[in-house]
Amino acid sequence: MALDQSFVGRTYPPSPVYEVGRAKIKEFVDAIGDTDPVHRDPEAARAAGFPDVVAPPTFTTILNLELINTIVSDPKLGLDYGRMVHGDQSFEYHRPVVAGDRLVAVGSVQSIMSRAGNDFIVLRAEITTESGEPRVTGTAQLVVRDAGVDS
Amino acid sequence: MSALEKGAELPPLQVRLTRADLVRYAGAALDHNPIHWNERFAKEVGLPDVIAHGMLTMGVAGRVVTEARVGTLVSYSARFTRPVVVPDDDKGALVELSAKVGAVLDNGDLRIDITARFDGRTVLGKAIAIVRP
Repeated sequence: MALDQSFVGRTYPPSPVYEVGRAKIKEFVDAIGDTDPVHRDPEAARAAGFPDVVAPPTFTTILNLELINTIVSDPKLGLDYGRMVHGDQSFEYHRPVVAGDRLVAVGSVQSIMSRAGNDFIVLRAEITTESGEPRVTGTAQLVVRDAGVDS
Repeated sequence: MSALEKGAELPPLQVRLTRADLVRYAGAALDHNPIHWNERFAKEVGLPDVIAHGMLTMGVAGRVVTEARVGTLVSYSARFTRPVVVPDDDKGALVELSAKVGAVLDNGDLRIDITARFDGRTVLGKAIAIVRP
């Protein structure tokens, strides 16, 4: 089923504040096997020029995912969540995300298209600090596979 | 550090992803989609078995760039072209990562082209990191 095109251009209200914690950064780098001390040890991070331990490049997927879930679960959009897969992801880095940052994410729908029965939706997440300093822009393409293909 | 030229290779990396790694990542990234831990559910939606999170593969692949310490990351992007299928055993799935300088841009930034392979085939498409030396 085609997605509702009227969602293109829609921008959502800012997410609740997400406070970046040292323990969460450690948990995340443990999960991807990254042993660089700048993610774990505040002294090592400061020696490398960061104010506190620094998040690894894909850390803000935590905020992206929450936005994605909010947008795609809107019944008016008409998206079958069980058929959705992550097609691609990009991050543009403005400033390093460090422990203590209080982040908010603003989500928007960049495009919606249909091709060969599959639907494609591109969502952008502007991640800034609470006071508006840019941190990361995340862009995700989600693919909703054709319901007729394998059923 | 000496300037990297086009074609220069970064140190490669091999990572085994087991079911335990997927569960750990699901908790860390707050991504609890059952296709990443529930075999029954994965098969119901047409997958061969439980698959790794695309973002886990992308996160691990990013280490090839960050661990080489070639500069500050400007951007990082990837397409998820094939799933990494993770069996229910202790060996898991072997993901082989490599990267090289694909281009030196006009402003001096490096375009690092990353390759991620599982089972002999690439699983990320257009995996590119732009790095400012």
